[in-house]
Amino acid sequence: MTSASKTNDTALFLFFIFMVIAGPILLAPIGASYPDLLQKFAIFGIFAIGFNILFGLTGYLSFGHAAFLGVGSYAAVWMFKLLSYNVLPALVLSVVVAGLFSVVIGYISLRRSGIYFSILTLAFAQMMFNIAYSVATPITNGETGLQIYNDDPQWLQGADSPLTTNLFGLKMNDVFWRPEYLGFEAQFNVGYYFCAIFLIIAFYVALRINRSPFGMMLRAIKTNQNRLNYTGISTRPYTLAAFVISGMYAGLAGGLWACMDPLAGAERMQWTASGEVVLMTILGGAGTMLGPVLGAGFIKYFEAIFSKINDQVLHSVFSFMPEGADNFIVAIVHPFVGKGWHLTLGLLFMVIVIFLPGGLIGGLTRLGRLFRRGQSDSAGRR
Amino acid sequence: MTEKIKDNQVSRRKVLKASAAGTAFGVAPMFFHRNAHAYTNAPKGGSVTLGFNVPQTGPYANEGADELRAYELAVEHLNGGGDGGLLNTFSSKALKGNGILGKKVEYVTGDTQTKSDAARASAKSMIEKDGAVMITGGSSSGVAIAVQGLCQEAGVIFMAGLTHSNDTTGKDKKANGFRHFFNGYMSGAALAPVLEKMYGGDRVAYHLTADYTWGWTQEESIAAATEAKGWKTVEKVRTPLASTDFSSYIAPVLNSGADVLVLNHYGGNMVNSLTNAVEFGLRDKVVNGKNFEIVVPLYSRLMAQGAGTNVKGIFGSTNWHWSLQDEGSKAFVKSFGTKYGFPPSQAAHTTYVQTLLYADACERAGTFEPCMVAAALEGFDFDGLGNGPTHYRADDHQCFKDVLVVKGKDNPTTDFDLLEVVEVTPREQVEYPADHPMFAGGDLGSCNNGA
Repeated sequence: MTSASKTNDTALFLFFIFMVIAGPILLAPIGASYPDLLQKFAIFGIFAIGFNILFGLTGYLSFGHAAFLGVGSYAAVWMFKLLSYNVLPALVLSVVVAGLFSVVIGYISLRRSGIYFSILTLAFAQMMFNIAYSVATPITNGETGLQIYNDDPQWLQGADSPLTTNLFGLKMNDVFWRPEYLGFEAQFNVGYYFCAIFLIIAFYVALRINRSPFGMMLRAIKTNQNRLNYTGISTRPYTLAAFVISGMYAGLAGGLWACMDPLAGAERMQWTASGEVVLMTILGGAGTMLGPVLGAGFIKYFEAIFSKINDQVLHSVFSFMPEGADNFIVAIVHPFVGKGWHLTLGLLFMVIVIFLPGGLIGGLTRLGRLFRRGQSDSAGRR
Repeated sequence: MTEKIKDNQVSRRKVLKASAAGTAFGVAPMFFHRNAHAYTNAPKGGSVTLGFNVPQTGPYANEGADELRAYELAVEHLNGGGDGGLLNTFSSKALKGNGILGKKVEYVTGDTQTKSDAARASAKSMIEKDGAVMITGGSSSGVAIAVQGLCQEAGVIFMAGLTHSNDTTGKDKKANGFRHFFNGYMSGAALAPVLEKMYGGDRVAYHLTADYTWGWTQEESIAAATEAKGWKTVEKVRTPLASTDFSSYIAPVLNSGADVLVLNHYGGNMVNSLTNAVEFGLRDKVVNGKNFEIVVPLYSRLMAQGAGTNVKGIFGSTNWHWSLQDEGSKAFVKSFGTKYGFPPSQAAHTTYVQTLLYADACERAGTFEPCMVAAALEGFDFDGLGNGPTHYRADDHQCFKDVLVVKGKDNPTTDFDLLEVVEVTPREQVEYPADHPMFAGGDLGSCNNGA
């Protein structure tokens, strides 16, 4: 049993690696193969995987995780401003800073559970968002967002090193290969693969945690925390550890975001951003391994692609129809695309939560079961 | 345990599926080529793509919608449609109504959500995915500055839309970014003499300021300009951009001893704060023996419409107004009105003009290459676009032109006739040296052609 599940974990992991590496090719037909969106997939994938360690395993619903993403971004941009455009110090500091913040916030918030825990984390995140906007403007540059200026110190910046984020000269925004196949262009970007390495590591660590005794303990907390307490086990260290780990994942995601695009704005700490990662996890399937990544990709795809469909695009899509019908269809579709993409996403979210309680992964599993049952039936008949 | 088994089953099935898909992709014919661009997104084929990045949601959504209308109109005119609009009155005759450099103009749109992150994501997808060779838009200086920085890195031209912060062409100026709109300093320089004439030289001002780059620099500019006329500034209070209710900020004004309230707010913010101020009866108060007055340094017709009768008699400045009677303004109001049924706002005007200026610079440079286009725009003198003779200064990529001081009309005749032009402040009066302290600390850097 143990060895079998191990091979299956290996298979899952290999499958994940394949999907991530082939991402630019696989996503080209749906128009998602360009650096910014691919990077967002990986970054929010990491964010959601980390969130799932807390929410999916222990059942603690944090409504303030975007705060850790935000401090991660600020820490990274400060490293660019003070040291150089090299991404490594930035990432290290963003994870460390997010870890420290999550220790403090986690220590206080975890005194309560359930809705009170959610509200506490939400309050902390909103507090940090508002501080970033008001008293902390010397550190955060307020609404304008923290940026890098030509007169920043950058003590370690070499004379001939690139003036954009890089890994020892390897520029993050370089597209090193643009193959075209079947009329679609795929863009292979340095930044995406840099994020992808971290995504794969993040996935592997989450998988190990999931299968470890520690992960078992977290699941036990989700199932019945009282019983654990009565048997004499103190659950606080476990929940705090899970909280800090997922906070560090968020910090890593924030740091990577700043590495791909060296600007940090306070709005990425707002409660809507915290809610977004909850949506991603639930949409994909909370508690599953692939679900959060899938959910993150789903939401980011909607945000990037649906929000850019305007009437001009709609008319060209429906141009094959007769004149009147064309305008009629465009008028109907119009409220659901462009600035109405939130509406479409909301409707889809409702449909998924109501009809697929396990999220997208739950849906796929059911589909797989149906498919298999059909197969074994026909085999039996033969 | 059951959970484990479930996971395993999924993975096995998926591995099979994925390997099948992988094989299919491997067999699919692939044509690899390295693009040897001289510059980012050099247009291929018979068309060129421009990116229009405007706020479609958030406090500046009204301005964004009007900007988008103007962009669509500009594209129509550039491609030879409609009545040609300002192409007929523009002093440069390089544009012929056959697109830009013979290429048909196409465009993509995006929503900035009035947030730097969203605006940059949207602009990035335009550059990386849609191949936009120029990005324009913004209805918030924070967003404009963020996107300008992005365009500098990516190597495309950024034609700023409605952005009024000194920083856009000051501290945060970039070689690839250009601004036609006026700025906080110019508002102060134009407004202060009129305010002195109307309200006297011994006023005490209280500032409410939107808490971001635009609010800060406008507050600084207005305070400096009015203090030079003898006014005192008693307090400067910052309000978050996302605020919708300003009552709590208005109440302290009454006890501060101030007799003028300066609202450094724009769009939905200004509509709300002005309405709150009027509801509190500020305008009926008499303080220090003088009537209490409200000033809105940056005005627009869209805001006046939102605030309704509250704007009557309130002074401010604006970049352009549809009631101007020069040939360019008349032509623009006519083609915009014919297409949409109402007159354009200043946001629509500046974005339309910016699109034309970019297209014209490409024609004159004979290429879309950002550095060549930038060189064609730098130091360019033009006329016939509604603001009189205008100069694009090479030192900071800021346009210099006359500034309008306007007042909320006491007896508006229509829904759009809400502002009257009190004074056209001549260009010389609002000009400043490129190294003025309010604009110091920036560096254009060198222009970037990108890949």
